[in-house]
Amino acid sequence: MNYKELNLIGSSSPHIRTKVGAGHIMGEVIIALLPALGFAIYNFGPRALVNTLVSMLGCCAFEWAYRALLKKSNTVFDFSAALTGMLIAFVCPVTIPYWILLAGDFFAIVIVKQLFGGVGKNFLNPALAARAFMLSWAGEMSTWVAPRTQTALFGAVDAVTYPTPMAYLHENNLEGLMNTYDLPDMLVGFIGGSIGEVSALLLILGGAWLIFRRIITWHIPVSYIGTVAVLTFLFPRGNDPLTWMLYNVLGGGLILGALFMATDYVTSPVSHTGHVIFGIGCGLITVFIRYFGGYSEGVCYAILMMNLTVWIIDKNIHPHRFGVPKAQKAPKKEAEGK
Amino acid sequence: MAQAFFGGIHPNDHKAATNKKPTETLPPPAQVVIPMSLHIGAPCTPCVAVGDHVRVGQPVGEASAFVSAPVHASVSGTVKAVEPRIHFSGVPVMSVVIENDFNDTPYDRTPPRDPDHLTAEQICEIVKNAGIVGMGGATFPTHVKISSGLGKVDTVIVNASECEAYITSDHRFLLEHPDDVIGGMKVLARLFGVDRVHIAIEDNKANAAEMLKLKIESERAPVVVDILRTRYPQGAEKQLCQSITGRQVPPGALPAAIGCAVFNVFTTAAIYRALYYGEPVTHRIVTVSGSGVVEPKNFYCPIGTPIQDLLDACGGVKKSTFKIIVGGPMMGHAQHDMAAPVGKGTNGVLAFCENEERNIPEPACIRCGKCVSVCPMHLQPVFLYQYEQAGMLAELEQNNILDCIECGSCAYICPGRLHLVQAFRAGKQRINNAKAAAKAAAEKAAKKEQEAAAAKKEGKA
Repeated sequence: MNYKELNLIGSSSPHIRTKVGAGHIMGEVIIALLPALGFAIYNFGPRALVNTLVSMLGCCAFEWAYRALLKKSNTVFDFSAALTGMLIAFVCPVTIPYWILLAGDFFAIVIVKQLFGGVGKNFLNPALAARAFMLSWAGEMSTWVAPRTQTALFGAVDAVTYPTPMAYLHENNLEGLMNTYDLPDMLVGFIGGSIGEVSALLLILGGAWLIFRRIITWHIPVSYIGTVAVLTFLFPRGNDPLTWMLYNVLGGGLILGALFMATDYVTSPVSHTGHVIFGIGCGLITVFIRYFGGYSEGVCYAILMMNLTVWIIDKNIHPHRFGVPKAQKAPKKEAEGK
Repeated sequence: MAQAFFGGIHPNDHKAATNKKPTETLPPPAQVVIPMSLHIGAPCTPCVAVGDHVRVGQPVGEASAFVSAPVHASVSGTVKAVEPRIHFSGVPVMSVVIENDFNDTPYDRTPPRDPDHLTAEQICEIVKNAGIVGMGGATFPTHVKISSGLGKVDTVIVNASECEAYITSDHRFLLEHPDDVIGGMKVLARLFGVDRVHIAIEDNKANAAEMLKLKIESERAPVVVDILRTRYPQGAEKQLCQSITGRQVPPGALPAAIGCAVFNVFTTAAIYRALYYGEPVTHRIVTVSGSGVVEPKNFYCPIGTPIQDLLDACGGVKKSTFKIIVGGPMMGHAQHDMAAPVGKGTNGVLAFCENEERNIPEPACIRCGKCVSVCPMHLQPVFLYQYEQAGMLAELEQNNILDCIECGSCAYICPGRLHLVQAFRAGKQRINNAKAAAKAAAEKAAKKEQEAAAAKKEGKA
């Protein structure tokens, strides 16, 4: 056989790679969010689905357009833009006008992600940064409808604002909250709020899937939710610490944030020790904002603030060097050859 | 029970293609190319000339230094050329080309008269003269390993873990020649004065482990079989020491520093054959496999056989083959010339025609940290890569890039498809170059100073 006719390539080892690429990972996260999306459609009507699709398509379009304009390769099919779009829709009320969603998509994809170099280079979570940006339209971003409402797809939104659990918690009105929503409602998701955050149960199901598929590890969600749980249990408002704690954990965006936002690879530390520090930091800031802030929910800003500390965490946590006894510190080598 | 090392990966091992097929003897090649460098260390000096007739087992290259090992003719015939020829490392190496006369006339073998009562020095000498090197792939001269480990080693490990995917040559060898391996382990036990020699086998070779256990029991051999979880890079020396003893080899040191010595199964058998039969290393088993190979097989073949002979004997490769590798898929060398010969450490020849590589045009890190969680050397490839790309050599060294064993686990698992190992090889080279340059500059400056001082003295005088 003549081997000269083959088109052989020569490259460095290894010569095999795992099937799991970036696209698989983003795709799995999108799949893990589908149960929560299904519930959102049931709870808020088909507009929840339309919002999500508009936002996903918007993000993909901005990603494609930006990269086409700058003559860069098309990265739409790593699905990270689609995931960002999905998460943006998830952290907004169902009544959000479509143009605000698209403005958020633009901010997330172009400003936060692409201007810093594209996938893997952004230092803020694009979806949460977009949410912070979209809060410039404060009225539209805090118009909540009651659970089990079929929201109209188009047309002006009635300025009726239905209180979310977070509003009650912010006023330390645990009794009012318990009268409006009981704990099973909180768990299953028959509450007001952003479309993707309401069903704690289905989000936990999705998160468990991601942990099972080894897309994420338990470190960030457990340390984050655990910190919030411990703090709210130790410092309850009212005389029932356990109930107060449960409402705090199940209400608002904590579950969505801890499982799907704080675990974003790009904007979280790379080591497990770092993950735990990151999670605890998120928990502390969340409770701090919820207790002392003017704003009723703290998850978004907590994660954004901790995003900014990731490089410090990463820079200061080093794995134990192979072959060096634990007690003895690794000899610091003199910097050479600069 | 064995302890685990940190990290590692578990790729599809593809061993089923060859692990049940008995080893076949390769049709004798028309000519063999014996490179003078089949080991780590100083290359050999050719000791035959064009036109000489050589016999199987006759030395054709002499060891030129302590860290070196002689090479032997693997077929009988006429020396056709002594010239640089392509080597599986990709560069030409001085080689002896022998035209096969197909007679396989053996060279005079004089096995030691009393192989059971040799001193350590005598064993080292025999091992050296037999050209025995680490036949798992690293090809470190075995006599150096023995002599540097004598007196320090309390744990002798025979490495049959064969953690590389596709490769089944160790597995087949164990099944087909267990007596040679057990004989070698008895020698090692005596040599190092240990009660038991460990043989480490991954649990995907359970039949070999069972067979060995029965044999060991019936022979009362001083051997203990350690069955390890199948995980790459289980067979890497440092990781294997950790799996068996829980000890970690210090940075820059050899396993002897923690009282371990690791020998591949082929090496172990080669020691036995050298001591009891006077045979040098001239043949080995090579796995020919991969999606591009028409009919994957294991071959018993002379060292120096061109890899095209091996591929031809498997019915050739498929037209769409895009890569041919000597060695395993994780650490092997891609080949461009099929005249490259089989070496002492060549355990496999692989051809790929499917989507094994999964390269993408623009690799991008998504900071998932999977590389950190698989690195068996406790490194953080994600940051090493950034430092390398930015040319930050001081940071690279501070983050222990020189500890990297280039196992490829990080690049295998990377969803962003970064070329991590390639970058680390380049980074290590740049550090070593910078060190060499700094050393040369310091020497130059010292010399200048000396000269200036001497001139001053002279001036004064």
